Amino acid sequence: MGNVIGIGAAPKRKEDQRFLTGRGNYVSDIKRPGMTAGVFVRSPHGHAVLRAIDKSAALAAPGVIAILTGDDVADDGLGSLPCGWGITDAKGVPMKEPPFPMLAQDKVRFVGDMVAFVVAETPEQADEAAELLKVDYEVLPSVVGVLEAVRLDAPQLFADVPNNICCDWELGDKAAVEAAFKKAAHVAKLSLVNNRLIGNPMEPRAAIAEYEPGTDRFTLWTTSQFPHVVRFLMGALVLNIPQHKLRVVAPDVGGGFGVKQFHYGEEAVITWAARRVRRPVKWVASRSEGFVSDRHGRDHVTEAELALDETGKFLAFRVKTLANMGGYLSTFGPNIPTNLYGPLLGGVYTTPAIYCNVKVVFTNTVPVDAYRGAGRPEATFVLERIVDVAASEMGIDRVEIRRRNMIPKEAYPYQTPVLVQYDSGDPMGCLDGALVAADVKNFGIRKAASASKGKFRGLGYSTYVEACGLAPSRFAGRLGARGGLYESATVRVHPTGQVTVMIGTHNHGQGHETTFAQIVSEKLGVAFENVDIVFGDTDRVQFGMGTYGSRSLVVGGAALSKATDKVIAKGKKIAAHLLEAAEVDIQFESGKFSVAGTDRGKTFEEIAGAAYVPHDYPLEVLEPGLEEQAYYDPVNFTYPGGCHIAEVEVDPETGTVTLLNYTAVDDVGTVINPMIVEGQLHGGIVQGVGQALFENAVYDEGSGQLLSGSLMDYCMPRADHLPMMKVATHSTLCTHTPMGVKGCGEVGTIGSPAAIINAVVDALSHLGVTHVDMPATPNRIWRLLQNASLPVAAE
Amino acid sequence: MQISFTLNGRSTTVDVEPATLVVELLREQLNLTGTHIGCDTSQCGACVVHLNGLPVKSCTLLAPALDGANLLTIEGLQGAPGSNRLHPMQEAFREHHGLQCGFCTPGMLMTAVALAAENPNLTEADVRHGLEGNICRCTGYQNIVVSVLAGAAAMNAAKGE
Repeated sequence: MGNVIGIGAAPKRKEDQRFLTGRGNYVSDIKRPGMTAGVFVRSPHGHAVLRAIDKSAALAAPGVIAILTGDDVADDGLGSLPCGWGITDAKGVPMKEPPFPMLAQDKVRFVGDMVAFVVAETPEQADEAAELLKVDYEVLPSVVGVLEAVRLDAPQLFADVPNNICCDWELGDKAAVEAAFKKAAHVAKLSLVNNRLIGNPMEPRAAIAEYEPGTDRFTLWTTSQFPHVVRFLMGALVLNIPQHKLRVVAPDVGGGFGVKQFHYGEEAVITWAARRVRRPVKWVASRSEGFVSDRHGRDHVTEAELALDETGKFLAFRVKTLANMGGYLSTFGPNIPTNLYGPLLGGVYTTPAIYCNVKVVFTNTVPVDAYRGAGRPEATFVLERIVDVAASEMGIDRVEIRRRNMIPKEAYPYQTPVLVQYDSGDPMGCLDGALVAADVKNFGIRKAASASKGKFRGLGYSTYVEACGLAPSRFAGRLGARGGLYESATVRVHPTGQVTVMIGTHNHGQGHETTFAQIVSEKLGVAFENVDIVFGDTDRVQFGMGTYGSRSLVVGGAALSKATDKVIAKGKKIAAHLLEAAEVDIQFESGKFSVAGTDRGKTFEEIAGAAYVPHDYPLEVLEPGLEEQAYYDPVNFTYPGGCHIAEVEVDPETGTVTLLNYTAVDDVGTVINPMIVEGQLHGGIVQGVGQALFENAVYDEGSGQLLSGSLMDYCMPRADHLPMMKVATHSTLCTHTPMGVKGCGEVGTIGSPAAIINAVVDALSHLGVTHVDMPATPNRIWRLLQNASLPVAAE
Repeated sequence: MQISFTLNGRSTTVDVEPATLVVELLREQLNLTGTHIGCDTSQCGACVVHLNGLPVKSCTLLAPALDGANLLTIEGLQGAPGSNRLHPMQEAFREHHGLQCGFCTPGMLMTAVALAAENPNLTEADVRHGLEGNICRCTGYQNIVVSVLAGAAAMNAAKGE
């Protein structure tokens, strides 16, 4: 018999065996009998009237089975792709919500917008037929940037959305902020861009759909982070398929980062097509296709002002942001730059008054939605950058100004002026830990060493907090969520004592099969190897909201914890019956039910066996079986945070920024598996490094062409871009989650961009540089240096 | 056309269209789906296999080039011959949490094994440079680098035995 491996241990991952041996089961690996191949025809224009589609030549091509267009969608009376959030402006007016047809009707609004779907015997035949489809476009001017899109003379995407503004959203006490600015000793101002990103999980999106006429049932295999939500959105709102007739399976999924947490039109088209052609249909995106169809992230233009008193205390913070939504509203789209942004502008500071205005803007670009961090990296970047600007302008040390404004550990729970109440935290403790770990006191020596080689070394701080564990449904509902954000888990104890857990979160790299098994092993005292975690199949798992927003352990783990408590409670009833004792006298500890004060007891396995052999059961009070289910809806968000310190070196000859050292001390609450937490921090930090130094989705204004449309144009971080990072945790326990956990999936991505850019600015501050926009590419830095106040690299 | 080659130690003869890519042959015709496709510009390295002992991106190689060659894919990577044991590099990735979603993992492993075979004295810088053609979006590479160094040491130790 194996061992209990519980909370705080670092067993090797259960999921690794299949991945290490090439035996994972990703959607693109699946083959179905009689399978056909589907290819999407996508708009090559950013903005155009769709005048006509001539299918005749394409239909006559070899192997073609069907060609579907927006007219077919309309003929079949299918719905528009739904948005899961409905936000309102300051006056309570709902956002503009134009329809998002799964295949374009009348107009195309971004390069990549879907125009037709070709089904053929083979992918090659589908590709060849797609080339023959004649689409008549009347090309219109495109607008891709938010500043341009809100101009009065800008091209209009929708007739009924003036100035392309979806919603003019605000948060906070505007009058209090204005009053505070009037009495400020100093006002720091900063204009910045939060660069547009493309998530690029290594597995491209893919889907297979199958229809069984005999049972009228559909199965969709899809690369999704939330199969139950896809079942609901697609079945109930788009295709009118009853929920009990639709199975959605998300098997092994090769990374998500938010990109796979939306209901995509491709899923709906393929499922619909499978019924029309009465054969399974498979589509696998190429990477190029992913670039123009995976939802993008970030893309803000922001003006921020921080009011301070003469001692450097923050009096008020005012932020105005234009946020790019792309051509349509994606599943979470309008929620990201509003509800997940404004409430984080307090950061770890005691700023008493905050006002935030966000204009959510349509443009001729891929729809923008959540990408790892989603709103919180943008908020953190604005705040942590302007804190550095203020410190520099007032001549206060950057660490000192943070200390003067930080929420002390004793002040938690802490109510911010922007909705959220932090339950716990110790930002000062994280800062102190990071200062030591990063060896800040010897930075001067290292800087001098760099200078002696003609290089500029800089140090950057980011002391941040985020809100995750999405989400308390009551709170989310008030903010505009159209669904709940709870999670569910079922714990099935087999007659032999092994355990299968069915959970509504989705594991696509986070190690849930291991972490969740540790929770069950610890709580029930069963061997780690005797627990399996099932996820990603609506026919096997009762319900679930999926994995995003660092919610799996926080919300799903809590549901699992509740369900195991119910198993223990039922086990006590069974034990009381078997041991002829009162239920209140039964104790459960280390996998054994016993009568208090006696040596009489039953093992967990004995109770499990008895549960399924109910001879002599008091059936009127005790049901056979040992399987329990729980739903958990959190009472608050969780608030992980920490301190990140980046150390960079700039080569003035080339403008190259090299990340030399990176230190993170994060408060993620209780750590279930430290090995997995460290891995999440590493990966998260490097996605932030990508945003800060390398990644940028660039569109051509006017034509709407994506200029960074391949991995040769869009620079992803590689192994040789990075140093060995130092990551550590300094945890305070969440006061409202059952295990004290806070979530760790996004903290790295949230904390890191500001730390890195603050380091780059620090390296160049002697040249009068006060801000650098992301990504800090060699080209951008070199140009900056050419215009800087001091001569560099003069030869 | 008909081609014959050694695939994971077994002689194999298949009929292929001349324009078939090796990765397509493996995944679609031979049902060896461990070799992955992560891009269409030969950038990501998810499809790396060993051709005559050298790492190649199977998305840029036509199937006819396999005729007479020796091909090793992730499905054929293993420890001591004939056993079911993991290769030391696979063990190292498991031990050091060198994988998360698993999608880049087969290509990473094949590249790593070739790196270690080629250079018995790998440094961290060598590993980082050697993995430049393999993209991982999950791990930040840190634990992959640690894994490759550990796996290479284990391969050296096994050679010395």
